[in-house]
Amino acid sequence: MYKIVAKKELAPNIYLIEVAAPDVAAKANPGQFVIIRLDDKGERVPLTIAGVDLEKGTVATAFHAVGRTTKKLAKVNAGESIMDFSGPLGNPAEVGKFGKVLLVGGGVWCAPLHYVATTLRKNGNKLVVAAAGRTENDMVYADELKAVSDVFYVATDDGSKGSEGLDFLADVLKSEKFDHAVVMGPVSMLKKVVEMTRPYGLNTMVTLASLMVDGTGMCGACRVTVGGETKFACMDGPEFNGLDVDFDELISRQRVYLPEERMASMIYDKLGGGVKRG
Amino acid sequence: MDKEQRKHATSMAKQDVLDRIHNFYEVALGYTQEQAMAEAERCLQCPNPRCVQGCPVDIDIPAFIKEIKEGNFLAASAKIKEKNSLPAVCGRVCPQENQCQKMCVIGKMGDPISIGRLERFASDYERKMGVNIPDKDVAPVTGKVAIVGSGPAGLTVAADLVKLGHEVAMFESLHLAGGVLMYGIPEFRLPKEIVQAEVEYIKKLGVDVKTNYTIGRIFTIDELFADGFDAIFVGSGAGLPRFMGIPGENLGGVYSANEFLIRVNLMKGYLFPEYDTPIRIGKNVAVIGGGNVAMDSARCSLRLGAEKVYIVYRRSREELPAREEEAENAEEEGIIFRLLNNPTKFVGDESGWVSGMECIKMELGEPDASGRRRPVPVEGSEFMMDIDTAIIAIGQTPNPLIQRTTEGLETTKWGTIVVNEETGAATKEGVYAGGDVVSGAATVISAMGAGKKAAKGIHEYIKKKKGGK
Repeated sequence: MYKIVAKKELAPNIYLIEVAAPDVAAKANPGQFVIIRLDDKGERVPLTIAGVDLEKGTVATAFHAVGRTTKKLAKVNAGESIMDFSGPLGNPAEVGKFGKVLLVGGGVWCAPLHYVATTLRKNGNKLVVAAAGRTENDMVYADELKAVSDVFYVATDDGSKGSEGLDFLADVLKSEKFDHAVVMGPVSMLKKVVEMTRPYGLNTMVTLASLMVDGTGMCGACRVTVGGETKFACMDGPEFNGLDVDFDELISRQRVYLPEERMASMIYDKLGGGVKRG
Repeated sequence: MDKEQRKHATSMAKQDVLDRIHNFYEVALGYTQEQAMAEAERCLQCPNPRCVQGCPVDIDIPAFIKEIKEGNFLAASAKIKEKNSLPAVCGRVCPQENQCQKMCVIGKMGDPISIGRLERFASDYERKMGVNIPDKDVAPVTGKVAIVGSGPAGLTVAADLVKLGHEVAMFESLHLAGGVLMYGIPEFRLPKEIVQAEVEYIKKLGVDVKTNYTIGRIFTIDELFADGFDAIFVGSGAGLPRFMGIPGENLGGVYSANEFLIRVNLMKGYLFPEYDTPIRIGKNVAVIGGGNVAMDSARCSLRLGAEKVYIVYRRSREELPAREEEAENAEEEGIIFRLLNNPTKFVGDESGWVSGMECIKMELGEPDASGRRRPVPVEGSEFMMDIDTAIIAIGQTPNPLIQRTTEGLETTKWGTIVVNEETGAATKEGVYAGGDVVSGAATVISAMGAGKKAAKGIHEYIKKKKGGK
């Protein structure tokens, strides 16, 4: 069992938890993920690492409570435990010295992006950061990201804060030259940003949250076409150069279990919403 | 018992085919006490038993059969456990027909003794009665050993070494120990409760089982040495699925057998939504491949509610690598065999889901390196199969994580670890390996045999290293 030592609601339905897992904390790097399982009937869900505290031996990760498992996880309080917390998995993100780096984060992904940004900054890069959310209320980690940026932008889908949408990035890319870019967010956003950076040939690293079961290279559910070759997000990624990724295939593969996920979530809402488990 | 009686094996009850295709309960039901004793009675108790020569882990087969014959079932189980820590597993999934039973003298005049069924009976009896934990033989030297992977090879090494007095930690990347016994072999062939009982036995012997530890990520082999382990056994299996590399393979509804079986077996997807992991099955399922994994996938598909399930295999029935018993079970259950066919591409519908599979007919040509006749495509014979689910079961290769993160570990071009056959020693000092990560995908019992050798090798290595102190 793994104890949740701290829990915070960052925005409505977006939570950050810190989990006691000293061995995982000691080896974790930005861009890697963990796989959690809540109880003995639970599914394995990958979550990207948002930071570690080596003294406390904890690993932080953020999640958006939209599916059955994340909704259940949102009900687990600090001091309570979850059954499995496996990691670190996947390869670390590239965080070497590039020069000027563009970082773009969407929604809950701003938390793990902050972990990457902090390390990139430590390694002497100049950071231009754009944090995006659906509305002003959905923004997470904006202040933290601002604190590590040289230039900071905010964008919301409805324009309630900062720019409306990410189209403004086209102008940023036009006026400034970047050496590297990192994008973390929903796949549709990754695709959109990559389409904007493509004309400049800017290496745009994207972290792919493909469907996964084991997370260790066994199932191949996370396979994605990169540069014309089939890769496993868990073993070869999860960070890939977005310029090479077949996003349309990825989006189609991500929809595979949508009906079941909706059904599970609905059953949970109707029958298990208020019930605390584990 | 007269000669004629001795020729015929006592049959074992199976769940009726019309029932079993709708559930995941075990197909083979096991012997009753009377049946087991009757079958044991058939054994000639050869003074120079050939069956033992056929057993990769050297079980004293006539001795345990004699105990069953006399009604001493716990003693029979103890006899087996002297050599085999996973008898309830082996009694179910070993290919006995190619091993102990193949060598049985009675087999020359009739049915060989049903050694596997008797092994299963004895171990099931013991499990029901409550398992005894044997005293350890305390060795004069003890070392600290890390086992990577908790499948059949790892479990065997762990049990053998802990019994010799060593301190053993076993690392498993998944959330439950058992490896392929948990994620690969379906419930109806090997109930997961039985695997967990065998794991519990090994824990009670004193092995520290650490789940959720992916070696190569959380610790490297060198870090384990730095942490004070004297020797490391790598039994990480052959867990990486092979794909065919044909168009449309990444469509929805195209699974690797690994993904399909992990969802069904380890995650209990057949109990969705009680369990959280979903598994989607269509009406017409094509399983590509002809091994045990293909048979398992096909039989699971049927139980999940598929209407038509095809085995699509590029050679003929004769070359089918699956155990005969499994192929027969599959046929009996109504799996349709499409032999001498090979897929060439998948096509999908507008939502990105597989809707058809193009195949080409094959014929057998000259024998290839494996001695089997090589399948050759018949030009212009392409045809479409109407399917909505495909499961690719054409084999697995070793997971490269440990090989990639360990300096000085020699591997073959297939990614398997090079070892000394006798001791299991790899090319890096203190590292041993066995099972599928060395042989490529093979059987449970051959992995256990390799585990036995490696346990001996590790014990000798530690003795030497500690200078017999």
